[in-house]
This record gives sequence, C-alpha cells and structure tokens, in this order.
Amino acid sequence: MSSQLVLYEEEHAQIVEICDALHIDACAKAVFLVNKNGQLLANSGDTADMDTTSLASLTAGNIAATGGLAQLLGEEEFAIQFHEGARDNVHISLVGQKVILVLIFDERSSLGLVRLRVRRASEKLATVFEVINSKAEDEEAPTPFSEITDDDIDNLFGDM
Amino acid sequence: MSFINYSSREINCKIVYYGPGLCGKTTNLQYIYAKTNPEAKGKMISLETETERTLFFDFLPLSLGEIRGFKTRFHLYTVPGQVFYDASRKLILKGVDGVVYVADSQVERFDANLESLDNLRDNLEEQGYDLDKLPYVVQYNKRDLPTAVDIDYMRDALNPTNVPDYEAIATMGKGVFDTLKAVAKQVLIELKRGR
Repeated sequence: MSSQLVLYEEEHAQIVEICDALHIDACAKAVFLVNKNGQLLANSGDTADMDTTSLASLTAGNIAATGGLAQLLGEEEFAIQFHEGARDNVHISLVGQKVILVLIFDERSSLGLVRLRVRRASEKLATVFEVINSKAEDEEAPTPFSEITDDDIDNLFGDM
Repeated sequence: MSFINYSSREINCKIVYYGPGLCGKTTNLQYIYAKTNPEAKGKMISLETETERTLFFDFLPLSLGEIRGFKTRFHLYTVPGQVFYDASRKLILKGVDGVVYVADSQVERFDANLESLDNLRDNLEEQGYDLDKLPYVVQYNKRDLPTAVDIDYMRDALNPTNVPDYEAIATMGKGVFDTLKAVAKQVLIELKRGR
C-alpha cells in the first residue's frame, strides 16, 4: 500500500463532477468526499459557510470510531450512518473501504432519495478510486517535493 | 499518509501528539493555536469529557505556507492520554506522518511515561508502522516543576534512539514551536524522499 494519496487533476475533476451531479440529483445542500484520515478530497454545493476542514476531520473520526465499534461486535464495518437533526440531516457512507462520502440535506430531500443516489454515485466513485490506486501502485512518479531543498523547508518556518 | 492534491496544489500531512495523561499534549496545541496568525490556522476542535480531559482527540489544522507552489497543511492531533482510552489512541494513529512524544518530567509520572511510550510503539506496530522509521521527536514537558527528573536521565530512558528532543514548558510556550518545527521538517524530508 502506498503511504501517500496522490490526486491528479484528471481524477480530481472526475470526482468533483460526480459530487456535483450527486448534489443535484439527491437535492442535497452539500456533498463532501473525505479520506479516512480526515482530509477533504472534494466538496460540492452550499459549503461557503461551512468549516469544511473540521467537518472532514470529525467525519473521519466518526467513521474510525464506528469502525472500531463494528470490529468489537464482529462486523467488518458499518458502511452507512445517518444523523437526523431538527433542520439538517447527515448521511455518511464508505466508498470502497477507502473514502467517506458525506451528504448534508434538509426537508427538500429524503433519506430514500439520498440512499438511492448515493449508491449510484458510489459505484462511479469507486471506479475512479480504482484508477487512483492503480496509478499509485504503477507509477514511481516524481513528486513536486523530490527537488525541494533544506532552504525551502527552513523558509517555511521563518515566521515561527 | 500524506495527501497531495495536484488540483488545488495542496499537500496535507498528519502529526500526532502522544504521551501519558495530563502530560501537556492539548496544552501544546492550545499554545500553537493561540500564537498562530488567524489566516494560518483553522478552528481547533477538542472532543473532551465534562472535566476537560481529552475524550477522543484534539484537532488543529495549520497552514505553513507554500513550498514549490504547493500549500503545505499540517493536521495536528492529540490522543487521549488516559490508559483506558487505548482503542481511541489506535484509531488516531491511522495514517500518521509524524509523531511527537510528550513526556511529563515529574518524577511521579516517570513510570507513566515509560508505559505510554511502550504503548505508542505497540499501537504503531499494530497499524503497520515502525516508530524508528517515522518522523519522530520527543518533548520533555513541565521542566519548570520542582519534581522534574534530571534531563539526562529522561533522555536515557525515553529517547534511546537519539531522535531530536526538546525541553519544554508548554503552558508558557517554551519548546512548543521548536518541537513542531522539528517534526514538520522531518515529515517534509520524508516527502522529499518520496516515501
């Protein structure tokens, strides 16, 4: 397993396209794609007023805790979570055991519609992530960091 | 596991602060949060008990600036230090890029330090990591307290592999940024190697 997740522009564009379509098809307020370490991969919809970084971290923590709970109970994973609020609801699901798909929706949508659209979008996303994983395994692509110097690194800490 | 996004030209890395209960992991993050420019930090999240002990984790996203046109972002996490939260500690170590081990210098916490360090090694191994191959620094915190153990003695016991280590008084900020810089540098050097 590669120790890095590298997302190139081509696959990123595909992911964003799938998230945008899901946002519309599911009548969701916002769609997020997060990796299991809590890093935001893509988002779509009405996210301007949301703290997307915190949302990604907490979602991953939530999935990790639920995964730990599942193992204690002899389940492999609880693949779907649903949190119902007074105004907004959150639907969280795992895609290909690797990434977390989060939908925030209100009364303009329904759990049934969200589940249906999420299932379809998940299949598409899984295909894209297969490509990403195979690229990671196949290519020894030079990262932009292979040529950084000690000075580059030192300069980052100039203000600290 | 670092995450490089070519589309948004960002690199994200995860650093975990580990150590026994009440050693000052959260205090490290609180000091960093307090002293960092608003544009360089996100919101600090603390999932804590009613008595303000870390229940699951603290989280602080930091931006350090650009390197070769890529924004560098570090996600700082703490683990809950109390012994019985081991399941949570294991979860937080998943995908870690660098570890800060925060030791409590007080003599009465010496055994707790050793136990926590063993626990760190074990939990990393369980996730497929070797502490000796990860970016890793040690911080000896609470150096100002009257029962602080001699620094050489602490080094011998807690830093046998001679990784970078720092004396600290996290409540006052002493050693906090030195520690962070040291681990962040190591993480970036690992990236340079194309790990």
